[in-house]
Amino acid sequence: MSARIVHIASNTFREAVRDRVLYNLIAFALLLSGAAIFISQISIEVERLVVINLGLTAVSLFGVVIAIFIGIGLVSKEIEKRTLYTVLSRPVRRWEFIVGKFFGLAGTLVVNTLFMAIGVFGALLYVAHKFSSPDAFIFVALYFIILEFLILCSLALLFSSFSSPLLSAVFTFSLFVIGSFADDLRGFAEMTHGITRAIVTAAAYLVPNFSTLNVISAVAHQQPVAGQLILQNSFYALFYTAMALSGAVLIFERRNLK
Amino acid sequence: MAAIEILGLEKIYMVGFWKKRPKPALQPLHLTVEDGEIFGFLGPNGAGKTTTLKMLMGLVFPTSGRARILSHDWTDPQVKAQIGFLPEQPYFYDYLTAHELLDYYGQLSGVPAKDRKRRIEEVLALVGLTDVKGVQLRKFSKGMLQRAGIAQAILHNPKLVFFDEPMSGLDPLGRREVRDLMEQLKHEGKTVFFSTHILSDAEALCDRVAIIHKGELRGVGAVEDLTSSVQGKVEVIWQGTQVPASMKSLGAECHVTGDRVRAVIADTQQDAAIDALRREHLRLIAIIPLRTSLEAYFVEKLQHSQTTAGTTA
Repeated sequence: MSARIVHIASNTFREAVRDRVLYNLIAFALLLSGAAIFISQISIEVERLVVINLGLTAVSLFGVVIAIFIGIGLVSKEIEKRTLYTVLSRPVRRWEFIVGKFFGLAGTLVVNTLFMAIGVFGALLYVAHKFSSPDAFIFVALYFIILEFLILCSLALLFSSFSSPLLSAVFTFSLFVIGSFADDLRGFAEMTHGITRAIVTAAAYLVPNFSTLNVISAVAHQQPVAGQLILQNSFYALFYTAMALSGAVLIFERRNLK
Repeated sequence: MAAIEILGLEKIYMVGFWKKRPKPALQPLHLTVEDGEIFGFLGPNGAGKTTTLKMLMGLVFPTSGRARILSHDWTDPQVKAQIGFLPEQPYFYDYLTAHELLDYYGQLSGVPAKDRKRRIEEVLALVGLTDVKGVQLRKFSKGMLQRAGIAQAILHNPKLVFFDEPMSGLDPLGRREVRDLMEQLKHEGKTVFFSTHILSDAEALCDRVAIIHKGELRGVGAVEDLTSSVQGKVEVIWQGTQVPASMKSLGAECHVTGDRVRAVIADTQQDAAIDALRREHLRLIAIIPLRTSLEAYFVEKLQHSQTTAGTTA
């Protein structure tokens, strides 16, 4: 990776930290500790299930909000504030800027997720008093959540490279919602016929399949996650991210910065 | 050697809902800036100065034409390591301190770590920001941001510096300091290309200027050449309060100020005027050839273009 990408990524991470993005961890910690205390008092036998479900869902939702709200401003804010001018007037290629921004935001989300993961395990230990071997699959669920963030970051960047922050937010959030029901969409496609089937099938495969990345419920029920699914999801997420990033680069390479 | 060769750069924006209506921002521009000179790019607001600079920086793509910077194609990324750019009304990452900002830009420009620290201290001292180097830029005034902007433009010791309205937002003292800095850059052998609509700055600093209006180049040349093309008149100043009849007969326009009289006459009448003052035993103080100010030249060029446009219409 070029040194310039690393510098741009570091600066993006620093911006997120200085803009107090990681303060969301306080809200997360309060939510989870409150929930853990509450659940330990009212639940019988299902504390583990509830804490894992609640904890991982919160990790996912907090991260999604950050990915969308930072991601949509990554390029447009730099253009609007003209900070981009002094970056691109240096020996920085436009694709390096996009890729650097992506890694900066992805890095922020990974760090954020790691801290939240500590919170989830802490809450789990509080209610269950010990870990059991199926809890190791929580790491897989967290890994899938990070893959979900990578896709969302790249989509937010893609939309941010040609539209306003508001529209980018709408597009990215819409794709997140639709992608969360991608399996249902594919099922619906199979029930249709003719041209409708072709269109719905194409749409179902074009939107990111976030439902395949959601194993929170299975993990909470202490069900194992197949190694093949891990491999398949890894390739899928990386491929989708690479495609969205390539789109962002292609658009940004041709954009006049008026 | 030419530092910048602009070879027919042109920009037409397509506007309207369907982006079908052409709106020219810059007519094909041909311009050469020599190595080591301070070149002023003058024009009123909206003339096309910033568009030209943005095209040279690769921020806006030209509709046609090309340019060469420091003998390389202007799109060559390596050229950018040798140029500095201060945008108009610069705004920087306000969560960074001045030192962090320069460190970041130094990294992007490829300044080695061991040189970067020393160079940052040097430029901070040069622009007078050493005392506030640890302060976040969100607490900077407009003038301080402008100084930070100049610092980042010269940080990597570029051979060629582009300043877009560098005096904008500065108080008289700040403007003076920027002028001194630009002269220092020239003294160090660097080329300075700056756009401005403040003509006194251009007149005081520039070796050559170009005037642009409505996207079209209206004139280019050395400041002395542009400002000396007057009317062939001289100003004669002598001590006293009286205007001799012999001076009046030369067709002089006279103004008495305190104990001095100023008369503007045709330069062909200069000897006759001296003789007339001698005959009257009046003390001659000075004879100054009248020069058109850059402002007068500028206004004339703009008015000429408006007249031409009006006639055409």
